[in-house]
This record gives sequence, C-alpha cells and structure tokens, in this order.
Amino acid sequence: MNDATPEPAYNFAYLDEQTKRMIRRAILKGIAVPGYQVPFASREMPMPYGWGTGGVQVTAACLVPEDRLKVIDQGADDTTNAVSIRRFFARTAGVATTTRTADATLIQTRHRIPETPLHAGQILVYQVPIPEPLRFLEPRETETRKMHELEEYGLMHVKLYEDIARHGQIATSYAYPVKVSGRYVMDPSPIPKFDNPKLSDSPAIQLFGAGREQRIYALPPYTKVVSLDFDDHPFTASKAAHVCDLCGARASYLDEVITDDLGGRMFVCSDTDFCTDRQAHGKRGRLSAPISGGAA
Amino acid sequence: MNTHTLSGGFADAPIQSAQAFRAILDAMARPGKIMALHGAAPPAPLSMAAGVALLTLTDATTPLHLAGAADCAPVRDWVAFHIGARLVKAGDAAFALGTWAALQPVTRFATGLPDYPDRSATLIVEMDRLTNHGPTLTGPGIETATWLSLPETAAFRANRALFPMGFDCLFTCGSRIAGLPRSTKVEAL
Repeated sequence: MNDATPEPAYNFAYLDEQTKRMIRRAILKGIAVPGYQVPFASREMPMPYGWGTGGVQVTAACLVPEDRLKVIDQGADDTTNAVSIRRFFARTAGVATTTRTADATLIQTRHRIPETPLHAGQILVYQVPIPEPLRFLEPRETETRKMHELEEYGLMHVKLYEDIARHGQIATSYAYPVKVSGRYVMDPSPIPKFDNPKLSDSPAIQLFGAGREQRIYALPPYTKVVSLDFDDHPFTASKAAHVCDLCGARASYLDEVITDDLGGRMFVCSDTDFCTDRQAHGKRGRLSAPISGGAA
Repeated sequence: MNTHTLSGGFADAPIQSAQAFRAILDAMARPGKIMALHGAAPPAPLSMAAGVALLTLTDATTPLHLAGAADCAPVRDWVAFHIGARLVKAGDAAFALGTWAALQPVTRFATGLPDYPDRSATLIVEMDRLTNHGPTLTGPGIETATWLSLPETAAFRANRALFPMGFDCLFTCGSRIAGLPRSTKVEAL
C-alpha cells in the first residue's frame, strides 16, 4: 500500500509547525473537557470543505512517522475520499497505510466506527460537517454557546419528543445526540446511531475535527457517552433487518445496494475490511460467488 | 547570552515534536499514565521533559509564566531563542512552568470562562519524583482507577469542582511526564 515516499517539498504531514502546535493545544483542551467544542484556526487545505479538512488537520497534527494509517469513508477503504486522503498522507508524511482495522494505529473516518473493536494503541479521527448538535434547533452561535454553558439541553429533548409525537418513535437515525460524561451534549458526527454504543468506554482516543466550522472536540478513552432518550422510549441501536449478502454477518451495519431496475437489491456490510476479512475466513452470504477450485 | 542558549532545541523539529505530542496526548488522555519524552536539552533547572513540552506546545502566541527557580536568565534566554513566548505574570499565562511550591497559589491561573472553558492555563509542574503511588485518580481516560504521586489533593479537588472550567496539569520529572486534566477526580489514598 506504500504508493509514495514523502515529497521533500512538504513539511512533515503537510502543515507548518506553528499550525500543528495550535491544533495540538486545541486537541489537549478538548481532551481535558470531553465533548466541549474547542475553537481553532482552521487552515485552507488542498481539498474542498466537506472532504474532511477538519479530520485531515487533526490527523496531520497527530501523525508520527511510525504510524500506520487507515482512512475510511462510510466504512469503505476504497472510495474516492478515503483513497485521496490516504495518498495525501502517504505523500506528505511518508507513513505506512493499511486497510486492516486491527493493524492501524491512526484511523481517520467519515461517518462510521469500524466493526472490529478498537484497542488502546489507536486514535480514531472523525470528519465532522456540523459540530454543533443544537445548530438546526438554534442557528445563533451566541445562543448555543450560552445553552452549553448553562447545560440547557431542553430544546434537544423537545426535538426528540416531537419525533415521537410525529413518528411514534425517535426518528433520528444518524448524528444521534449524545451526552458526554454527564455534562456536554455532543454531535458524534453523522455516524449511524447503530455506532453510538461504540463511542462509550472505548479504549481508543477519539478526536473530532470540523474544518469549515473551525471546531475540535474529543473523547478520552473510557469516557461515558450516553445517547439521549426517554425512559419510555429507550435508545436502540438500529440497523437494516437483514444479513450481509457477501459474508453472512448478522450484527454488522449494512448498506442497501440497488442491483437492477426491477426492485432487486442486496445488503452488504458497510465496513469493507470487516466484510473482506470474514469472506477470507470462509464466511459466505446469499450472493457470494461460489468457492472456486472447491471440491469436485 | 552563552552558547548553551542556542543549543538544546529539537534537531528535527517536525518529527520530534510529533513524537513528543503523541506522548503528551497519551499522558493527557490517560491521566496518571507516565510517558517518556526525549529530544531537548534545556538549561538547568528545567527537566528534559519540561523542555520538550515547551518546545512542542508553546510558541510566540502563547503567553508563558516562569515561576520560582525556573525564572532565571538561562531559561529566559533559552525560551526567547527557541520558542519566542512572551513572559507574563501568572494570571495572563496560557502556560506556566515551575515546581508546585513555586506555582502557589494556583488560584492565580486562568481557569477559562463558563462559555469558553478552553481559555485556561496549562501548568507544567516540575516534580522531584513521579510514580504511580499516591492519590487515587478516576474519571475520563481511566478505566477503573489509577494512582499518581501528586504534590497534594486539595488544590486538584477544588479545581475539579470548577468543571468544565479549571486548569490542566502536566507533571514532569527528568525525561518523564504525566497528565492531570481538570476532568479527573482526585482522592487522597
């Protein structure tokens, strides 16, 4: 996977040292106040906003040459966003890359947490589009900041209640709000709510970067993260009620893929590394290719 | 200015500061975990870990307070050459460096604002010893409980009571460093 040696024209991991120090200070303050959004002076990056400029800056500030980097985009290692960010750091930092979750020391992710449990030597960096969980309820930054200060999160509970009144259940299925360590309500980035339980008590360090919105926040390891809910409508981590058609996994998060214009469809693991690994270990799904060279 | 002022910085700043930051990040994210730093040779009385922490985290944009014995000409010159941080009084500092006794009273330091708790000081506390024996630490970053040879408990309990405001600490001893963010609960053993 090492498709490049570091380009000598760039500083290590692209950013200049003063920028990295600024980001590193913001990360440490974020770690010290779990779930609080630390403002930082986000830089222009050589990719458009919305392509993970916040995550890229956090990754650049954390990378060391010994790292093994994995980048996923909605669980996939092989989509444009993941491939281009992985190559960016292979070129500017010369780090080794991998697609295997267990082998990675730093994982940058867009909108998924890997199925394979993380371990203590890992850092998970999230790309965040809108870091403020209250933003769609209250557009003014001055007001949302005051609401966080006063721990006034009633508006969020009203929103979840209105979901129940309208749909009979909490209809929020991604970017599901969480409360961190009993204090700050946090947007976990648009991960499916299926992934929310993995946020809590993770042995890995979780860092969140929002480039356009200029915010960094963090979850230290073993931090209690609770999805907001009601006693009579408890939080459930939902997924499509199917099994993976390629590897037969029952407990992984699934993508629905339309296969023709006659209503044909298949469900596959969103986490490509998890699915590939299961297939390599002989697991089969409904639409798996027959085992080649098998028993005659 | 002597020649020592000009030496003792990072030989390869991008790489060494990245490695140092990862250790400091681990120390702050896992309170009580003692990490090793290397790569700097600051003038006495600074420990190597304190020097590395300064080189990694501070620059011309971070007001620095030197307390007690650390506020001497060799250190001031070294900071001026390698870091360029403005030296300020305790209340204005983003970073402060000294022994626990020299930093007293710690209530002088910025604890942030209720709506901007990140605008708080980070104290780099020079220690005679740094071991995992002492007051009990619990909270974010700690699976069950851990222990650290803190200089006292009352100040850290008072600091925790300010949460989400409060200062954060890095304890340094020789080449070793440990972190104590404001989120950690400290109890006397």
